[in-house]
Amino acid sequence: MALLTDLLNLDLSGSTDKIIAEYIWIGGSGMDLRSKARTLPGPVSDPSKLPKWNYDGSSTGQAPGEDSEVILYPQAIFKDPFRRGNNILVMCDCYTPAGEPIPTNKRNAAAKIFSNPAVAAEEPWYGIEQEYTLLQKDINWPLGWPVGGFPGPQGPYYCSIGAEKSFGRDIVDSHYKACLFAGINISGINGEVMPGQWEFQVGPSVGISAGDQVWVARYILERITEIAGVVVTFDPKPIPGDWNGAGAHTNYSTESMRKDGGFEVIVAAVEKLKLRHKEHIAAYGEGNERRLTGKHETADIHTFSWGVANRGASIRVGRETEQNGKGYFEDRRPASNMDPYVVTAMIADTTLLWKP
Amino acid sequence: MASLADLINLDLSDTTDKIIVEYLWVGGTGVDIRSKARTVNGPITDASQLPKWNYDGSSTGQAPGEDSEVILYPQAIFKDPFRRGDHILVMCDCYTPQGVPIPTNKRNNAAKIFDNPKVAAEVTWYGIEQEYTLLQKDVNWPLGWPVGGYPGPQGPYYCAAGADKAFGRDIVDAHYKACLYAGINISGINGEVMPGQWEFQVGPSVGIAASDQLWVARYILERITEVAGVVLSLDPKPIPGDWNGAGAHTNYSTKSMREAGGFEVIKKAIEKLGKRHPEHIAAYGEGNERRLTGHHETADINTFKWGVANRGASIRVGRDTEKEGKGYFEDRRPASNMDPYVVTSMIAETTLLL
Repeated sequence: MALLTDLLNLDLSGSTDKIIAEYIWIGGSGMDLRSKARTLPGPVSDPSKLPKWNYDGSSTGQAPGEDSEVILYPQAIFKDPFRRGNNILVMCDCYTPAGEPIPTNKRNAAAKIFSNPAVAAEEPWYGIEQEYTLLQKDINWPLGWPVGGFPGPQGPYYCSIGAEKSFGRDIVDSHYKACLFAGINISGINGEVMPGQWEFQVGPSVGISAGDQVWVARYILERITEIAGVVVTFDPKPIPGDWNGAGAHTNYSTESMRKDGGFEVIVAAVEKLKLRHKEHIAAYGEGNERRLTGKHETADIHTFSWGVANRGASIRVGRETEQNGKGYFEDRRPASNMDPYVVTAMIADTTLLWKP
Repeated sequence: MASLADLINLDLSDTTDKIIVEYLWVGGTGVDIRSKARTVNGPITDASQLPKWNYDGSSTGQAPGEDSEVILYPQAIFKDPFRRGDHILVMCDCYTPQGVPIPTNKRNNAAKIFDNPKVAAEVTWYGIEQEYTLLQKDVNWPLGWPVGGYPGPQGPYYCAAGADKAFGRDIVDAHYKACLYAGINISGINGEVMPGQWEFQVGPSVGIAASDQLWVARYILERITEVAGVVLSLDPKPIPGDWNGAGAHTNYSTKSMREAGGFEVIKKAIEKLGKRHPEHIAAYGEGNERRLTGHHETADINTFKWGVANRGASIRVGRDTEKEGKGYFEDRRPASNMDPYVVTSMIAETTLLL
């Protein structure tokens, strides 16, 4: 419909200074993203200049009906790839009217950890590999899979091309450009081992911004699948059996790890993570026990292991890092539905602040 | 069809000074919007520069066949987001040839109330939250719902994204930009609790302008759904049962409410509204009794109550207003099919003149 597209793509900068700001927040399940838009008098580039807002928390399981207002605090601004122009997306977190973070607000505690001088001084970098699965609408069966059946076994699909191997690339490629436009530090994409499954990576980003960028990247992805008429799932094991699960491997380094002698710092950090394996696993995403089986390039959920170039370990250290004596490591345990605020802050907390 | 779009989007400004003016009016049901267009020498910058016009009232239930002319008085102009260029939309109201407002003309009386010096001095602000439902054409079942069945229960849809949760966003987003372009003071949009239901807000606008803008915003919305092949419903309870209805919550403040000590003024105003509850309800939209049940974030139609942050009340006062001791309040009673001329002027009348 030519006319609808004309309106959607209207460049308002010729008729008004007003902009549209889409406020984004995390809903009551801890995984559902919500958003609504408001008009502002002019362009804004600093989140501290944006007004606080509020929403009906009783409609998202975050407040009772008789006291339903939840307050949105703007935290990070990105360019809106859908409305373009000077229009923006704003990542927010949620508070009671009295100024208390509500229980599903994980950003607040993460921000405190990242503001701790001992953490800030180490400038923690995160590279998060977000895996996800595309499903056919209404039947919720993976995109490209025959309805009522299964595709041929895994093998041909990882990083492949071709109509019989790669399903949904238009979604993945438009997401890539949309995120770059938005100002998200998206570093790459690839087709995954299970057909219909894909991955994008965000980073390296510092501290809390890694969490903000992953959440907004997820939002942009779901907006794009909405347009495409396809459903996106972050379930860690969407299809049981001999099919890969979906993770959110989190790559991590600190100043000390990136400098000479860093490899020893890495080993010490990994040892600390080993001592808190259970606590981390509990915070690394719902349903992860269906994914971390010890097969399909995972380590068993009850076992903590690490190794160089070992994709069957909980923590993998790259060959380059070993060779250079410095670099970063990859925590392979987080599930695709993990909360990046929780995971990134917990890794910093355990490796930099926690005393065994 | 490439050439049809080329013609619709023709930029005439190089070939002629003439502009197209789309005259809008409210039809015989009080909720149907009608329009027709005429050519005028442009550009036009004020409604007073436009000629009066007329239409066949016997075709809209507004005049008998033997004396069918209804006169259109231009009242407020907006840029035309469909024709763009210098073309405009003009919101009109309807009169007999003798100059008497016809019965469905609610604007005339509202304008009198807003011109009353006591009301004008208080600079009444309105923010109207227009909810509406999108329906699949021909079957009149909500957009995104399986034909012959129902989606999963409410919970996931409010402000959501995703092909399984948000239905019709292209209509909503096109409407947002089109209204901004037109010069309507559209302040925001959001997906609603019932799937296929959406909301946009107009305001804060002063006095009669709030209603002119809301009517034109409704017109633009229905023009857009027409393009999209989808039906617009302003019914206050489109689907019976455990599905939210659609309202037009009307946020209101006066100068005194916005100044220090405003919270007391607000409380007094609410008390006055409480004394005229049945009169207001009667004017707040047809079929509202199907919606105001006391469930689904409404107060029961026979009960008047107010509270801070309480979405189950007739009137809700925001926490900000309570904290700052001044601000505005939200009348949650009006239905989505209410006439804003009636509702906005009635609130002003009850709180300021009676």
